[in-house]
Amino acid sequence: MTASTEVLQGTLDLLILKTLALEAMHGWGIAQRIQQVSREMLQIQQGSLYPALYRLERKGLIRAEWGASDNNRRAKFYSLTKKGRAQLEKELADWERLSSAVALILQRV
Amino acid sequence: MSFLQRWFRRGSSEQEISDELRDHLERQTDANIAAGIPRDEARRQAMLQFGGAEAVKEDCREQSSGFWLETLWSDVRYGVRMMARSPGFTIVAILTLALGIGANTAIFSVVNGVLLNPLPFPHPEELVSLSESKPNFATGSISYLNFRDWQRNNHTFSAMAISRQISFSLTGSGEAEQLQAELLSSDYFSLLGVKPVLGRMFVPGEDEVGAAPIVLISAGLWKRKFGSSPDVLGRTITLDGGGFTIVGVIPADFDLSTRSFRNSEIYVPIGQWKNNFLLNRGAGLGIHGIARLRPGVSIEQARADMDEVTRNLIAAYPDTDKGIGAAVRPLKQDMLGEVMPLLLLLLGAVCFVLLIACVNVANLLLARSTSRAREFAIRAALGAGKGRLIRQLLTESILLGIAGGGLGLLLAVWATRVALQHLPVTLPRAAGVGLDARVLLFTIAISVGVGIVFGLVPALKSLKPVLQVTLNESGRGGSGTRHRTQSIFVVVEMALALVLLAGAGLMVRTLAQLWSQDPGFNPRNVLTFNLSPSPSLMNSNAETVRAFSRELDRRIAATPGVQAVSMTWAALPMSGDDEDVFWLDGHPKPASQNDMNWAVKYVVDPDYLEVMQIRLRRGRFFTPQDNEHAPSVAVIDDTLARKYFGSDDPIGKRIRLKYNKEMDDGTTEIVGVVDHVNQWGLASDAQNLQAQIYLPAMQMSDGFTVLVSNGTSAVVRYAGSAPGIIDSIRDTSRKMNSEQVVYGEQTMEEIISDSISDRKFSMVLLGTFAALALLLSSIGIYGVISYLIGERTHEIGIRMALGAQRKDVLTLVLGEGMKLVLVGAAIGIAAALGLSRLMAGMLYGVSATDPLTFAAVPIVLLGVAMLACYIPARRAMRVDPMTALRYE
Repeated sequence: MTASTEVLQGTLDLLILKTLALEAMHGWGIAQRIQQVSREMLQIQQGSLYPALYRLERKGLIRAEWGASDNNRRAKFYSLTKKGRAQLEKELADWERLSSAVALILQRV
Repeated sequence: MSFLQRWFRRGSSEQEISDELRDHLERQTDANIAAGIPRDEARRQAMLQFGGAEAVKEDCREQSSGFWLETLWSDVRYGVRMMARSPGFTIVAILTLALGIGANTAIFSVVNGVLLNPLPFPHPEELVSLSESKPNFATGSISYLNFRDWQRNNHTFSAMAISRQISFSLTGSGEAEQLQAELLSSDYFSLLGVKPVLGRMFVPGEDEVGAAPIVLISAGLWKRKFGSSPDVLGRTITLDGGGFTIVGVIPADFDLSTRSFRNSEIYVPIGQWKNNFLLNRGAGLGIHGIARLRPGVSIEQARADMDEVTRNLIAAYPDTDKGIGAAVRPLKQDMLGEVMPLLLLLLGAVCFVLLIACVNVANLLLARSTSRAREFAIRAALGAGKGRLIRQLLTESILLGIAGGGLGLLLAVWATRVALQHLPVTLPRAAGVGLDARVLLFTIAISVGVGIVFGLVPALKSLKPVLQVTLNESGRGGSGTRHRTQSIFVVVEMALALVLLAGAGLMVRTLAQLWSQDPGFNPRNVLTFNLSPSPSLMNSNAETVRAFSRELDRRIAATPGVQAVSMTWAALPMSGDDEDVFWLDGHPKPASQNDMNWAVKYVVDPDYLEVMQIRLRRGRFFTPQDNEHAPSVAVIDDTLARKYFGSDDPIGKRIRLKYNKEMDDGTTEIVGVVDHVNQWGLASDAQNLQAQIYLPAMQMSDGFTVLVSNGTSAVVRYAGSAPGIIDSIRDTSRKMNSEQVVYGEQTMEEIISDSISDRKFSMVLLGTFAALALLLSSIGIYGVISYLIGERTHEIGIRMALGAQRKDVLTLVLGEGMKLVLVGAAIGIAAALGLSRLMAGMLYGVSATDPLTFAAVPIVLLGVAMLACYIPARRAMRVDPMTALRYE
């Protein structure tokens, strides 16, 4: 709940959507995947992850299903909905625009 | 997913969150073990990484759908627990709100019953009232013959009917009694859509002059006299000595009360009226009408149609109908009269009371939020979001609102019943006042509404300093802005209370003005009553009737306690009016009746002046010698004298009266001038016909005199008590003739009091609301000052330790309070000056910006507020410096 988590909030939604674009995953898996892919640079706090998942579910961007995971444990799997896929594309485009604009400024100034 | 499904899934979704989080924890533990950490340590680290599980759950719940209902329930439970924990606060808050909401519900139930509900007849929007519009009367009476022509010639009404108030003496079944009655044309009830409980209504033709005498009776009379027996149909009752056959019974729930129609015990076809003037097209006999518009016809179309009809009548009968039109108004409007602005005024006033109640409770909540600050800080630290806490606080305040509303509803039901019973008001449709779905909805809406209004500000305020300050115990840090909010609340309360006080003050002044007004006569110890002679007097000639009148006069004058008596056959101040037309002798006779001069006509006996104590200005009043054998004389009031004779002396001048022409040469000599009396009520006299003329009863034409056998009125000046006198008079009357009925007795003071009952009603209610406002706002300022002193005990202790006297402390505290009160009063005066204009129509003899009221009201407010500040201030004076300082 510090200032840095709040900055991350919008980005976190994007990261979750992107991660789920490949395959359905449970919460812990999502956190692990983001951590690995970012080479441990991004640590996802559970306190942010789960509320974000519930929020995305309510917005209809992802859907959740209970299923059996590896070694037969019950887990809640999240997958992207059609609406979520569209949202992901939009947010990716936004992100591209923003980051290239920031990069431009950082190079020039 | 439906609302309900979500509601029932609540439990499992709670479980799911727990399951999911536990799953996460286990996976993390496994991962840690895989990384080579021992099991116990692996689990500990996983938990550390995870953070506060409860806070995460709370966040998840908040983010998932279906959330609000669940938290609502827990908030409600929590709120009820909090309320139970501080019963003092809860009781004060609920009572305050109950007063505010109760007053609003009560007034709204009246507004609803009287203004909003439709009339209880089929297609009420089609119903209109009918009157003749004449030069002197916007809604004057309709002559019988004109009505028949209207009925025949219009194209826009499906039915038209007329009524006329009357009374009949019922004899031959128990003791003789006088029954209130209406004379009706055939269509009256069928037009309204009323069905008889028994028998039938009148059919067309039965209302014609000369038709067989029949009667409809009320369900009440049916029960009282006939035990609701079904074989009452066809039976004959004796009314004014004549036999009338009962043809039907009117249902008990029939209720219509207009300016010209009262629910009565009997209804008789108008053709049965023994009045020689019924077939006189120019006579104003107090007949008024109702009508039903054809479906789809607008009231404007009906008016245009009636314009055409009356234009044709003017062409056909210029002598009587010149200047006469038809006044068509919605029936409901006709029934409501002037009550609408009064009710809206009262509704505005109770809104103010409610606002004050809201502000008071908001203040209480604000003060309490100080003591709850730690509670919220802890909850916030445990993971409750700000929105969540605001919702919690709002749930609590709405709970308070609903509790207050429930209690207020009970209060309103009780107060409305008591008020309608005891307040001297002739409120139309009062029977329709009560609880219905709309009133309940209104109460629920304002209960929830006020819960939000008074809860929001304290909720927002109390959360501001939550995290930063409160936990480290320096509670004083957050109170600066709270203090300011409370001060604003006090200012607002004072301003609102002042506006109400000013309104009440203006009404008090109005009534004082009305009471102190000289009506032109002395109403004290004057009694009026009606007398219905024995049916045996019916069909007597004028001579017999005059002899009867003299005998009656003599007998009543001889009754112990009666000082003077006079029959009154026409108008009587503030209770009945009658007009006549005249022109000055020596002027040509005007072409039509409406070109003549109008005057209020009083037909009285010589002692009338003594009974009423009206001042004689010049000349003389009547003597017993002004009788049927003597030259015709009249006395006029000074208004008529000024208007028609200017500075000339009217004594000895002659006038010609339209309906007195059979006397000698047709002229009447003016023999005296008396003071003007208020014919039309204390307040509204000036807007109506002013000229007044007095004629001796013994000089009335024979045609008029025989009408006395239908009934007469009398006024007496008495010594002793009114009930005692009326008993004696009844006794006298019974001794004269056992079939003679005395009824409708009223003291003149009662009549005057009734004539201003509207204003009394609004004064009592405005006064009540203002007192309520004053009480609530005093409690408000008391609370705030007490709170401030509590906050500043430490400071006061230091001041006293440094040598401040008790007086200084008192000045300090009072000054603080009075500053707020003065600001509030100033704003209130400005607002009241603007708003009081809205009630100008209710005022009499005072302007809406009456300086006396606007000087006195702030003084009252300041005085009461000063007292409310003084009580806590005294407590501040007693602060022991040592105790106060030791707190630190």
